Amino acid sequence: MDKNKPAYSSDAGKTAGGGAAVQVETFSYDNQIVRSFALATIIWGVIGMLVGLIAAVQLFWPQLNLGIQYVSFGRIRPLHTNAVIFAFVGNAIFMGVYYSLQRLCRTRMYSDLLGKINFWGWQLIILSAVITFALGYITSKEYAELEWPIDIAIAVVWVIFGINLLGTLLKRREPHMYVAIWFYIATWVTVAILHIVNSFEIPVSLFKSYSLYAGVQDALVEWWYGHNAVAFFLTTPYLGLMYYFLPKAANRPIYSYRLSIIHFWSLIFIYIWAGPHHLLYTALPDWAQSLGTVFSIMLIAPSWGGMINGLLTLRGAWDKVREEPVLKFMVVAVTAYGMATFEGPMLALKNVNAALHYTDWIIAHVHIGALGWNGFLTFGILYWLIPKLYRTELFSRKLANVHFWIGTLGIVFVALSLYWAAVTQSLMWKQFTPLGVLQYPNFLETVLKIIPMYVIRAIGASAYFAGVIIMIVNLVKTMKKGHFQKDEMAEAPLVMHNGGEKGHRWLESRPVQFTIAAAVAILIGGIVEFIPTFLVKSNIPTIASVKPLTALEQQGRDIYQREGCNNCHSQMIRPFRSETQRYGKYSKAGEYVYDHPFLWGSKRTGPDLHREGGKYPDQWHYYHMQNPSSMSPGSIMPSYAWLYTQKIDIGQTASKISALRKIGVPYVAGYENVANEELARQALAIQKRLIANGIAVEADREIIAIIAYLQRLGTDIKVTQAMK
Amino acid sequence: MWVLIILMFFSLLVALIFLGAFIWAVKSGQYDDKYTPSVRILLDDDVRKSGVPDSHNSGRAEG
Repeated sequence: MDKNKPAYSSDAGKTAGGGAAVQVETFSYDNQIVRSFALATIIWGVIGMLVGLIAAVQLFWPQLNLGIQYVSFGRIRPLHTNAVIFAFVGNAIFMGVYYSLQRLCRTRMYSDLLGKINFWGWQLIILSAVITFALGYITSKEYAELEWPIDIAIAVVWVIFGINLLGTLLKRREPHMYVAIWFYIATWVTVAILHIVNSFEIPVSLFKSYSLYAGVQDALVEWWYGHNAVAFFLTTPYLGLMYYFLPKAANRPIYSYRLSIIHFWSLIFIYIWAGPHHLLYTALPDWAQSLGTVFSIMLIAPSWGGMINGLLTLRGAWDKVREEPVLKFMVVAVTAYGMATFEGPMLALKNVNAALHYTDWIIAHVHIGALGWNGFLTFGILYWLIPKLYRTELFSRKLANVHFWIGTLGIVFVALSLYWAAVTQSLMWKQFTPLGVLQYPNFLETVLKIIPMYVIRAIGASAYFAGVIIMIVNLVKTMKKGHFQKDEMAEAPLVMHNGGEKGHRWLESRPVQFTIAAAVAILIGGIVEFIPTFLVKSNIPTIASVKPLTALEQQGRDIYQREGCNNCHSQMIRPFRSETQRYGKYSKAGEYVYDHPFLWGSKRTGPDLHREGGKYPDQWHYYHMQNPSSMSPGSIMPSYAWLYTQKIDIGQTASKISALRKIGVPYVAGYENVANEELARQALAIQKRLIANGIAVEADREIIAIIAYLQRLGTDIKVTQAMK
Repeated sequence: MWVLIILMFFSLLVALIFLGAFIWAVKSGQYDDKYTPSVRILLDDDVRKSGVPDSHNSGRAEG
């Protein structure tokens, strides 16, 4: 490579060189696409955070959903997480990459058209997410909740982004690839593979599918994906952005370029093995859990390498930080990154995890990351970038400072209130009386205790949100003040590619697109062929009494998924005395072999439901779902009134049974043909029991299906005990 | 638990892709110079038309 490249001079007309004259090329940077992504970042950021705020308020005031099913907690919580991760952060990644990559490579992006397709494709995906989540079309796999047609769209748009990225790299004028570019490449490669592997599902209809994997296996794939989505969507691209925008904003080189290289390679090699720490004390094999923990601890080193490198860049320039809001935001962002990446490994320790898993600590942890690291770095970049794109100064530093302080306070309130709530609730869950019984056997009591903390969290979230509104005012005023330059002229010495790189020239010609397309196609094709073979085989039940759900129960499970019950209720009892006393026998891997997808959940806002079957009579569930407070005074669970008017969608029963059988659920041959008759029989039996208790209800209502499912939960294993 | 094998396969695949990239980067001299690149990114190479003010100075290395 051309390592002795002459120092570059930006003076027009002058040629730079170590003796020899260098030809100068003039070209332009595409700022249009950068601005598009910047605007999308802001707009989706506001929407995503507002939805989060509404969800936060619903946690202490469930009536806020006004009885409208489309905005009940279970449906807007995934909307919030997806909007913030993929819409806000996603667009910010594209914004930062499209801006910095052109400058780092000293070339315009490979293709304006691909950039536009990338932009509009991504916005359409987000829009379809908003609509489908509200309607309850959801796969229930956290951060991968979108249904299969949208999954395919994501893969296509991501590949288009990848072609644009690679094409730009191939035509770059700067032979050295700055460390930020490496972070972008790692992001692209890994997210592509994670998304594809996790998204295998068998379609039932256009908007319904079942995960190809079942139970424990599904859980492992999901958290391999989920953890790495944090790693390669919320972390590596943002580290790339930090390595570009922080030095630019401070006008100082990164503290140690050598450290950035070491940090990058060690981070990406370690990150991908840490996923199992989301499944500690579950039915996952012990060695896999330990592997996850060990790698999680190891992660502290490279993570902190990045944080230290970012902070030390500002050594001797703290006077600038005092003056410049852009740097303030970035400093807090990097500090939050350091905090979150210390907390993560600590939470991956089994003893810590035993106490804090399923509590609000996890919610606090992700908000340190999302509000602090992702949010503040994005705001810092926007405050720096928008004036630059519009060739002017920021409208008001004072407003930016107000945003900074109100936002920082917001983060502190959100995090501290949730930490407090988490510790309080965890201690209450595990507290025994001297007689050896649970001191707080009623789960609701532990919820009511922390409601003041939920209120404080919502106040913190409002402050943070107000800061964002202030930022928008400031940025819009800045835009009005300046002149946007669509194409920014630039020039660079003409670079002849070094002949030493074999294959470079070959790659540079037309077949590039074909090569990538072929590679992706082969990869997808290969996976589709071999995965089902393995998985269906391995889905052989290990507990003889565990049987597939009946048609009615399966319909009930689909409704359970649609309403997002798994957002607040886990289905995984860990082998602790405090949990087995509260919920019943601990969960075993063999009980989940027909669960497509798994519904273990990751948070207990309400109690675990894995042994819910038979715990209460049918009429209890009937009244409880209608008005939770009638059975549990003070409950923060919303009412599900629409389940009492909507009819079970029996049109899909047969295709659901057939689809499930294809992926290994052993329904007897021909069951799909009689499934609806059996469904009606079981529904009538439940209706009869309800009528006997003075409840007038039609047998074809959704509430009947969900009662059937809840009453089945965790009971199969008891059949064996009864036989013994 | 066949899925463990599958996940390890893909995790190793990713790791091997990165290993290949790392070896390429070292062999092609990407890391021979561990200082200049960090300074080079601070230089802007856009052509400023005279008369267009660029007063946003926080991040600019004015030549």
